[in-house]
Amino acid sequence: MANKSKKVNLDRRRFLVTATSVTGAIGATALGVPFVSSMLPSEKAKAAGASVQVDVSKVEQGNVLTTEWRGQPVWILNRSDEMIDSLKNNPKKLADPNLKVSSQQPKYCQNETRSIKPNMLVIVGICTHLGCAPSPRLSPKGDMGENWEGGFFCPCHGSKFDLAGRVFKGSPAPTNLVVPPHKYLNENTIVLGEDAKEKV
Amino acid sequence: MAKKNESQDSAGLIGWIDERFPLSSFIKNHLTEYYAPKNFNFWYLFGALALFVFVMQILTGIFLTMHYKPDAAQAFASVEYIMRDVSFGWLIRYMHSTGSSLFFVVIYLHMFKSLMYGSYQKPRELLWIFGVAIFLALMAEAFFGYLLPWGQMSYWGAQVIVNLFAAVPFIGPDLAEWVRGDYLISDATLNRFFAFHVIALPLALAGLILTHLIALHEVGSNNPDGVEIKNYKDKKTGIPLDGIPFHPYYTVKDLIGLTVFLIVFASIIFFAPEMGGYFLEANNFVPADPLVTPSHIAPVWYFTPFYSILRAVPPILNSQFPGVAAMGLSVLIFAFVPWLDKSPVRSIRYKGILFKKWLGAFVVSFIILGYLGTVPSTIWGQFPSVLPLLGGSDVATVVARIFTIIYFSFFILMPIYSKKSITKPVPTRVTMK
Repeated sequence: MANKSKKVNLDRRRFLVTATSVTGAIGATALGVPFVSSMLPSEKAKAAGASVQVDVSKVEQGNVLTTEWRGQPVWILNRSDEMIDSLKNNPKKLADPNLKVSSQQPKYCQNETRSIKPNMLVIVGICTHLGCAPSPRLSPKGDMGENWEGGFFCPCHGSKFDLAGRVFKGSPAPTNLVVPPHKYLNENTIVLGEDAKEKV
Repeated sequence: MAKKNESQDSAGLIGWIDERFPLSSFIKNHLTEYYAPKNFNFWYLFGALALFVFVMQILTGIFLTMHYKPDAAQAFASVEYIMRDVSFGWLIRYMHSTGSSLFFVVIYLHMFKSLMYGSYQKPRELLWIFGVAIFLALMAEAFFGYLLPWGQMSYWGAQVIVNLFAAVPFIGPDLAEWVRGDYLISDATLNRFFAFHVIALPLALAGLILTHLIALHEVGSNNPDGVEIKNYKDKKTGIPLDGIPFHPYYTVKDLIGLTVFLIVFASIIFFAPEMGGYFLEANNFVPADPLVTPSHIAPVWYFTPFYSILRAVPPILNSQFPGVAAMGLSVLIFAFVPWLDKSPVRSIRYKGILFKKWLGAFVVSFIILGYLGTVPSTIWGQFPSVLPLLGGSDVATVVARIFTIIYFSFFILMPIYSKKSITKPVPTRVTMK
């Protein structure tokens, strides 16, 4: 035994052990891929998350229609002229009046009203704080206090948004509400989940 | 080795087994001849109780699985079915739901004991770290389990917690989508949470508990005096002079503790299974609705101290992440305690008044943060708007911020105050107070 052990090539042994371990580790990592990706949204979930068409002809001025896209509530608010005017009133009270966080709306809604048509606000009704559903408090004042000019209020942690879904300063929500990708198929039909080509 | 002789000595079935499996030697090494300090007090019951609750959660869980359906369309109804139609289903479910709350009660008391008596100090650092890992796995287990009844609080609680992942910079939204398996909490999410709750985490917990016990039996138990009983052994037998066999001495003592525990446990199950909305929340008796958020979302009580910390940290640079990071850190920071404590002594009995004050402040902030996590942040109203700085902000949020700072100071300042705190002389042998 003593003679034989002298002949052992330790360098070769170390190389073989390392090579085997590395190859094994690569194999194990590769095997992990199917398991990790099996947890991604399935084809069925992706299909259910595709675009939906909404008829907005019956949404009267000053009213909001709640519809669903990807399981999220989406509000379609037909703003009256006074409502649109009120958006200009207090940019100082807003956390991000100029839409600096551009991920919260598509490019074609990066404007004063955050919409394609000035009156039609399309917005995801999920608070950017922790995903609760705010409720529309469209009319001014009332139980929201004297300074309230209409907007949305999240009951979970008290975040407040204006009629363009812009967050007020002092709310726990860090960013404005999300405007989902959408486009007009014709005058009265909105497609949620597909981008408009350019500004209307 | 003495072992071989012993196995040859014992006759009959035990002898037959011992020649093939180390049964007698295992019982000796870990029970009848495992020597624990003779001065264990009340606080040393909770480790054994935690093990008992773990076994009970597994057993009741198996029987609930026989009737529960992990399907978004059927889950809520199947829980009602267990409560109303399954023979004794209500009892098994209440045992499981009460068990989860009491699991956290005994674990928190068990952790407090270790903080008091310095049971994390050298050579028990790894024992403590396994314990922190058990705590983490237990939190995950409880969180996944809470989605299964598919009530409003299940749904929106999961929504809030999964959205915490979305706050992670860069990969966040994709990570949250991967955890959910959908664009919202849905059937896919329920199904995988069920898999985590009934197989993945129980297995992980069982493994971690085993390593925790192996580490404990390697280094031996600490005790209320924090002195090492292995330093004084009988010269002939090698048995620690202050040690007594775990069985029968501590098995019997633990049985008394278990009896009292079971009285409390049964009282809750039979008289207050919902515990006034703390163990089973009122909103969870309404089926999950993705389009309507309950007006007040609060996690179950055992998560509320950490939830309070999450809410207390304001968003920085339009990002939720600092709050999420603070909440994660508030749990993970326990793992560093063995290296934060610079005190030359282990037990609070000899650590000096400064350490006692800090531990007290920590317990108080844990309880106050825990309470604030169960209520809306508007509960105490707002400061009058004339006040500088504080004007208009929620009183409860400001209080939560103060206690969050105390919570973290307990850990971060530990290297300083544990060194400064004037210690008393430590006895060489354990005392029987």
